[in-house]
Amino acid sequence: MKGLLDQKFENGGVMVTRLEDLLNWARLSSMFPMTFGIACCAIEFMSTGTTVYDMDRFGMAPRATPRQADVMIVAGTVTFKMADRIKRLYEQMAEPRYVISMGSCSNCGGPYWQHGYHVVKGVDRIVPVDVYVPGCPPRPEALIGGFLKLQEKIRGESLVAPKAVEQLLQQTTLAEKQGV
Amino acid sequence: MTFENFNRLIAGISLQHEVKFDLNARPNAVLLSPDDLIPVCETLYRNPATYFDMLSCITGIDNGPAAGTMEVAYNLYSIPFDLHLMIKVILPREAAAVESVSHIWKSADWLEREVFDMYGIHFKNHPDLRRILMPADWEGHPLRKDYKHQEYYRDIKVEY
Amino acid sequence: MPTDQIQYRYQPGNLTRSEPNKLRPENLRAEEMIINLGPQHPSTHGVLRLEVLMDGEIVHEVVPHIGYLHRCFEKHGENLPYNQVIPFVDRLDYVAAMNNEHVYAMGVERMLGIEEQIPKRVEYVRVLVAELNRIASHFIAIGTYGMDIGAFTPFFWLMRDREHILRLLEWASGSRLLYNYIWIGGLFYDLPVGFEDRCREFVRYIKPKLPELETILIDNTIFVDRTAKVGVLPLDLAINSGVTGPILRASGLRYDLRRVDGYSVYPEIDFDIPVGEGRMGAVGDCWDRTFVRYQEIHESLRIIEQCLDKLTGEHIRTRDFDPQALVPKKIRPKAQDLYVRGEIPKGELGFFFRADGKSDIPFRCKCRSCSFVNLSVLPEIAKGILLADLIAIIGSIDVVMGEVDR
Repeated sequence: MKGLLDQKFENGGVMVTRLEDLLNWARLSSMFPMTFGIACCAIEFMSTGTTVYDMDRFGMAPRATPRQADVMIVAGTVTFKMADRIKRLYEQMAEPRYVISMGSCSNCGGPYWQHGYHVVKGVDRIVPVDVYVPGCPPRPEALIGGFLKLQEKIRGESLVAPKAVEQLLQQTTLAEKQGV
Repeated sequence: MTFENFNRLIAGISLQHEVKFDLNARPNAVLLSPDDLIPVCETLYRNPATYFDMLSCITGIDNGPAAGTMEVAYNLYSIPFDLHLMIKVILPREAAAVESVSHIWKSADWLEREVFDMYGIHFKNHPDLRRILMPADWEGHPLRKDYKHQEYYRDIKVEY
Repeated sequence: MPTDQIQYRYQPGNLTRSEPNKLRPENLRAEEMIINLGPQHPSTHGVLRLEVLMDGEIVHEVVPHIGYLHRCFEKHGENLPYNQVIPFVDRLDYVAAMNNEHVYAMGVERMLGIEEQIPKRVEYVRVLVAELNRIASHFIAIGTYGMDIGAFTPFFWLMRDREHILRLLEWASGSRLLYNYIWIGGLFYDLPVGFEDRCREFVRYIKPKLPELETILIDNTIFVDRTAKVGVLPLDLAINSGVTGPILRASGLRYDLRRVDGYSVYPEIDFDIPVGEGRMGAVGDCWDRTFVRYQEIHESLRIIEQCLDKLTGEHIRTRDFDPQALVPKKIRPKAQDLYVRGEIPKGELGFFFRADGKSDIPFRCKCRSCSFVNLSVLPEIAKGILLADLIAIIGSIDVVMGEVDR
């Protein structure tokens, strides 16, 4: 029994879709996370990558270098000493890039919120975060739920109407009108 | 480690101050003055009757601005003879300084750096005394009782 | 995307101001260079930064920089009551949390003077879960070490087997990784009904897997070539540097706190202590350390079987057994100083307590972590080796940064 695509395309076929859907589908099916384990959540992240809760079936293959990664999973407590380095790693990633904040410590400081003088109370004070996964540490199923939520977010993205460029165009026309 | 044995061990060294004992502590503790630390430690390390070859832990203790003292507690253990000993040294809170034992036990190297980082106690003749856990440009010594964390670090709010 | 919450502001020189390098480029010879193995690297040992002075491929000097995971455990220890510190104690050596809790609970019980009154069943359950967690920790140690060397398969096999242990511990305590199970004076819950049978099933399942591990990794020619005679740690340097645990045992000294101190019910249990013998060339090399860990897994299985026999025989569960019977409502030890130590999978974990007798908050709670002291020996044994050997040595020291930085 042939698969769906094989049945449709056995006599040559034409697929009609929106460009956005195609690009978003391609992006979300192969998100490469950067292996950035800081603390205990890193152990659960490693467990998600192993055979029991396989992460690879969603297309996620961990890449060690930020230059080749799509998503940075901040797994563990972010400290002030590490804050500079996280910002640098985030800036080394190429667009489109996403950040998943895994675990209670990187969401909001976690159990160290009260007396932790060296703990940054949430990684969203350093980099913009897309998905927060709660838990201490979150179960591997919870992390996979976080990936799926990120995939939903990517599914709704739009490339053809880039908001930044539109804003820039609006500003330029405004400046022209004012005769600057 | 009974105190008759201890007194016998250090009988040969000329000490500047009297040695006090704290039998309430487990393992039993000896209170030394900062000047006597190095001669006593070297004797304990070299003496073939009680060869204290492992320095397990160096702890800094801040007794608070009211009491005005800080302490450094050394936990020694002798592997061949299964003996425990704690040595406590009491220091003034301002400009606390004590000799480093890192030329006797290498484990003291990083342990003393940590005490310096957390309390500001200066260890004389330490090969490389700098902060180990906190960033180098952090203000203050965090584990002191009167420590107030700085408001912002790299413009990130330190408080919740 | 909440970009309005971002507070960080970049300034040039931020990184060098927060962690300046110790080696100066001006002092280098012509052929030397300084390489930075930054806090983020694919070797899964957490956030450790190494500054390496290299001459081509040969390492001349290594300077470790730590503190990237300093989570202020000791400050929390000075502000929270004794029983509320237990979740923070979990997070020190987060791959083997039960062992940390065991040592801490033992220390506070010794201060309170109730150590002798803890029911035997509670003690056997504590030893059982601690040994299960020791096996889990060694699985991670050997698995990630193989991955650093380049062997991916043992890592997946060991993590799959570790999942069984995590499921057992989740059944007992409610959480996979950080349990908050061993309380001061007892346990949070008793073992669930049927736990002992499932545990025996697990032991039966894992016993044939260990020779498989030996074949695929420990006796593998490539692994032996990469780890034998590499990073030899002489015994006198090990003792002087305060190194404990499998690293010290691999250097030839049969020193295990479970036998030396004989705490909890370990004196009643029969097990051996493996020691490094230099089978592959040198005593105290990386292969020896891994082999000692592998043999310790076998010994832990023996301990678990004996505990299960006791828990289904002499100390079988009864209807009126309450694991929280001796948990004190108010933990207020008399004024004293106490240093308690125990053997966690990585070495000697010690807690220095100072109680002032007036409150139920410790006056001082210092954690003497074995990974901190074990890591300090790295600059000594990593001189004149190749860069790939440096990775092998770090993996064999088996550091967990949660414990190094506390």
